Amino acid sequence: MDCSISHSSSQPIYEQIVSQIKSQIIAGKLKEGEALPSIRVLARELRISVITTKRAYDELEAQGLLRSVAGKGTFVAAANLSLLREEQLRQIEELLQKAVDEAKVHGISLEEMARLLTFIYRGES
Amino acid sequence: MDAILRLSGLCKKYDGFSLDNVSFSLPYGCIMGFVGENGAGKSTTIKAILNLIRRDQGEIQVFGKDNIQEELEIKEQIGVVFDSLNLPEMIRPLDVGRMMKSVYRQWDSAKYTQYLAQFQLPAKKLVKDLSRGMKMKLAIAVALSHNAQLLLLDEATSGLDPIVRDEILDILLEFIQDESRGVLFSSHITGDLEKIADYVTFIHQGKILLSEPKDLLLEKYGVIQCTKEELAALDKSAVVGVRRHQFGVEALVEKKKISGAHTVDKASIEDIMLFIVRGEHQ
Repeated sequence: MDCSISHSSSQPIYEQIVSQIKSQIIAGKLKEGEALPSIRVLARELRISVITTKRAYDELEAQGLLRSVAGKGTFVAAANLSLLREEQLRQIEELLQKAVDEAKVHGISLEEMARLLTFIYRGES
Repeated sequence: MDAILRLSGLCKKYDGFSLDNVSFSLPYGCIMGFVGENGAGKSTTIKAILNLIRRDQGEIQVFGKDNIQEELEIKEQIGVVFDSLNLPEMIRPLDVGRMMKSVYRQWDSAKYTQYLAQFQLPAKKLVKDLSRGMKMKLAIAVALSHNAQLLLLDEATSGLDPIVRDEILDILLEFIQDESRGVLFSSHITGDLEKIADYVTFIHQGKILLSEPKDLLLEKYGVIQCTKEELAALDKSAVVGVRRHQFGVEALVEKKKISGAHTVDKASIEDIMLFIVRGEHQ
């Protein structure tokens, strides 16, 4: 498992951990049944509070990505990956909808939007 | 959650200073930063936990046991590190180990030797010739070698260089890997706490101003820079403390109560401490 956090980011640390573990599960880098480090080990290594790591794991468990077995540890759950992907697409759609609404208000064309999106996606903006 | 250390309604009156109804609790498996300016009552509180001063009122429980009735049993399992090393000057770390064997029933000589090596402490140098950082590490080695479950550190990292302070943080993080333990760590160097503390308890003039999970504090508060007019327009209950300067104001605010129009910067533990103590309150 890879995990690195930024203390200067405005995103709370637990969210940073959640999104990193999530993307590794989706990308298949963390496989079903794989054991994750304990909240204490993760806290020690990242030098953060166990409350933070526990919150991140709780959140991932609530989303069905992890499952904890009492006395044994925390494991990657048998996640329904297609469901997860659908959920992500839905979130992205929502964000894009906002951008499109804003664009229409200011009379920005679809072509301009598409060009902008391409730029941003490729990290050229 | 079960507490390894619980203080309730602790009072102690001195001439010109008193501990006033000090209450907080430290859950098992956690590190609590105990913050406050010099003279705020941190050391007095720690002395009361160790029953080194007579309290006027209140109750203190360590491992769920009364700290006076079961004092000896409790103290076997407490490791204490004060800001100065209370060991004779003319002995060597090697002798300290021999001495402690007759002090603590559970003294672990092998562990002590191992810590001396790990902390790179010269076993045969006189205590008086050790640097401040070495003395502190020696005190920590002693505290960790008698199977202590609760560590009390009183300003243990003050006056140490960043490298030694960092080593000590690692030692604490390692110690807390065992969930049946706990650490109360008093300091005015808030950066150390910012890194590793699970809870922050803030004492000012003998009173506990807050005792909360660190993450919660950092999430709750933020700092904004604005003009006097903008400040006046804010929800009064959102503003915790204000610092005015010639060209505007800086305020500690509760983020949730501020509208999205303002840029709210992160507040550090130090910001929170300074604004609460020194900022003007509305």
